[in-house]
Amino acid sequence: MKFAKTIWVIILVMVSVALAGTLASLFAGPPSKMVKRGEYMVTAGGCGDCHTPMKMGSAGPEPDMSLSLSGHPESLVMPPVPKLPPGPWMGIFSASMTAWSGPWGVSFSANITPDKTTGLGMWTEKTFIDAIRNGRIQGKGRPMLPPMPFPAMARLTDSDLKAIYAYLKSVPKISNKVPAPVAPGEK
Amino acid sequence: MIRYAARADKSIAVVFRVMVIPFAMILVSSIFSNASGEGKAPGRIDLTGLYENIGAKQVKKNVLPYSPQYPLWSDGAQKRRWFYLPPGKQIDAGNPDLWVFPSGTKIWKEFSFNGHRTETRMIEVLRDGNIRFSTYQWNEREDQAILAPESGGRGVVEIQAGIRHDIPGVRDCRACHVGEKADILGFSALQLSTVRDPEAPYAEPLEANDVTLESLIANRKIRQFPVEWIKYPPRIEARTSSAKSALGYLHANCGNCHNHNNNLGSANMLLRHGVAPEDNAEAALLTTVNISAGKYRIPGISLEDSYLIYAGDPERSAIYTRMATRNPYQQMPPLGTKIIDEKAVRLLRHWIKEDLPEQSAFFTGNKEIYDTKTERR
Repeated sequence: MKFAKTIWVIILVMVSVALAGTLASLFAGPPSKMVKRGEYMVTAGGCGDCHTPMKMGSAGPEPDMSLSLSGHPESLVMPPVPKLPPGPWMGIFSASMTAWSGPWGVSFSANITPDKTTGLGMWTEKTFIDAIRNGRIQGKGRPMLPPMPFPAMARLTDSDLKAIYAYLKSVPKISNKVPAPVAPGEK
Repeated sequence: MIRYAARADKSIAVVFRVMVIPFAMILVSSIFSNASGEGKAPGRIDLTGLYENIGAKQVKKNVLPYSPQYPLWSDGAQKRRWFYLPPGKQIDAGNPDLWVFPSGTKIWKEFSFNGHRTETRMIEVLRDGNIRFSTYQWNEREDQAILAPESGGRGVVEIQAGIRHDIPGVRDCRACHVGEKADILGFSALQLSTVRDPEAPYAEPLEANDVTLESLIANRKIRQFPVEWIKYPPRIEARTSSAKSALGYLHANCGNCHNHNNNLGSANMLLRHGVAPEDNAEAALLTTVNISAGKYRIPGISLEDSYLIYAGDPERSAIYTRMATRNPYQQMPPLGTKIIDEKAVRLLRHWIKEDLPEQSAFFTGNKEIYDTKTERR
């Protein structure tokens, strides 16, 4: 009788564990699917083209994946922007492809890893969506600058933007303080 | 034959019931929807319900003027404001800091520069509770204003030598007005209080017909408000008049973004002066004074020396230095202004340099004004 009771307890524990595992996977399922979709969108959308600095490789410039999505490197202090002669040329960009100069001044690609101090760590999902929709830092601050394609991104659905946010929150944090943009004429 | 005819009649009736009636209902509802202004925004200002007679600039009788005690700086624009609340409806002040306006509510703000009307902005609460932002640009004769494009208008009029005014796009409207909840700004308990700050920059004296908190309460246009507002209208309590005006200025010009309802990360200072019993009346001071500016470095000084406000030193106070610049990537507020508000800069400078080092406490806390379980009406 006691043996049978023990067997029943074991079965009950096993069923509970299995049930808990199923429930856990059910709960873990949607975010993971969302993160995967976000990864697909960030990769296909070429976010890394500007937010991951380029380094010189054996076959030419290539993204430095050790600094993936961390923006313009803090250590790369840019010299003054060379002056372009009058003519149809309008802008210049750095070899890292993270510093951009044009009529708007100089812009630096942002750190979009989830680092709390220097990246998107403090941003909520809503802050991120507002930023893209309004074209402003944190949705309310200074304007986003070229070449950030926010007008195109603003046309994404909420679920697409949520997926991108979920993926960006899942990538490794990198502490890298990107310099503030420089206004035209500012030194 | 007759039987077939009867069956055909029945089929037609079924088809009519299944297809035609719903279609007709949709058609009627869409006509009704357009008639009530729920479709697209009206194309002209005279179709928005503001004017009885646009030629004479006579405003409708049920549209009332109002004047916030701490006006937002808009590059020296002369501004007029009007409010319309549909008959029988009330504002819900259940959250005393974030009123909820019923559908049909409309607010207009007219901007003039150098004595000429430039634009009138309108906010309308739609039936689904969403807010619609529209801007109307006045023609040169000022006899009509036309709906501006959704992207706004750049440099529509010169307001100072070399500086031209921009009409905001809907995206810009959203940046300021949409917090955790869509937010009508400048029409709130503190702004409409009859206890006015006599030294508030650019405040206009109250006119007899102006909507005030008192008139909203007396006319039963507001509900769920703390009953203390009747005897003790909201105000900022401060030891000096410049502290009061400085905090009022920050409330109106910064607090619409820097408040509890917005997550602005390291810049999460609380500059909106809360009027709810549970609000800490010293929040603006507690979240700024002698607190590091985080990752923001004030140009020309080190990150370690950059504070949000540093008592006694305006140059180490990011709130002050960012107010005092129009570098487009540093300035605060970040939109809606291209000209420094020199009067406010002087006020903030005096407050930070002279008042702040001398004082440790400024307010009578809200808890001393309200009972713990404050009554609502």
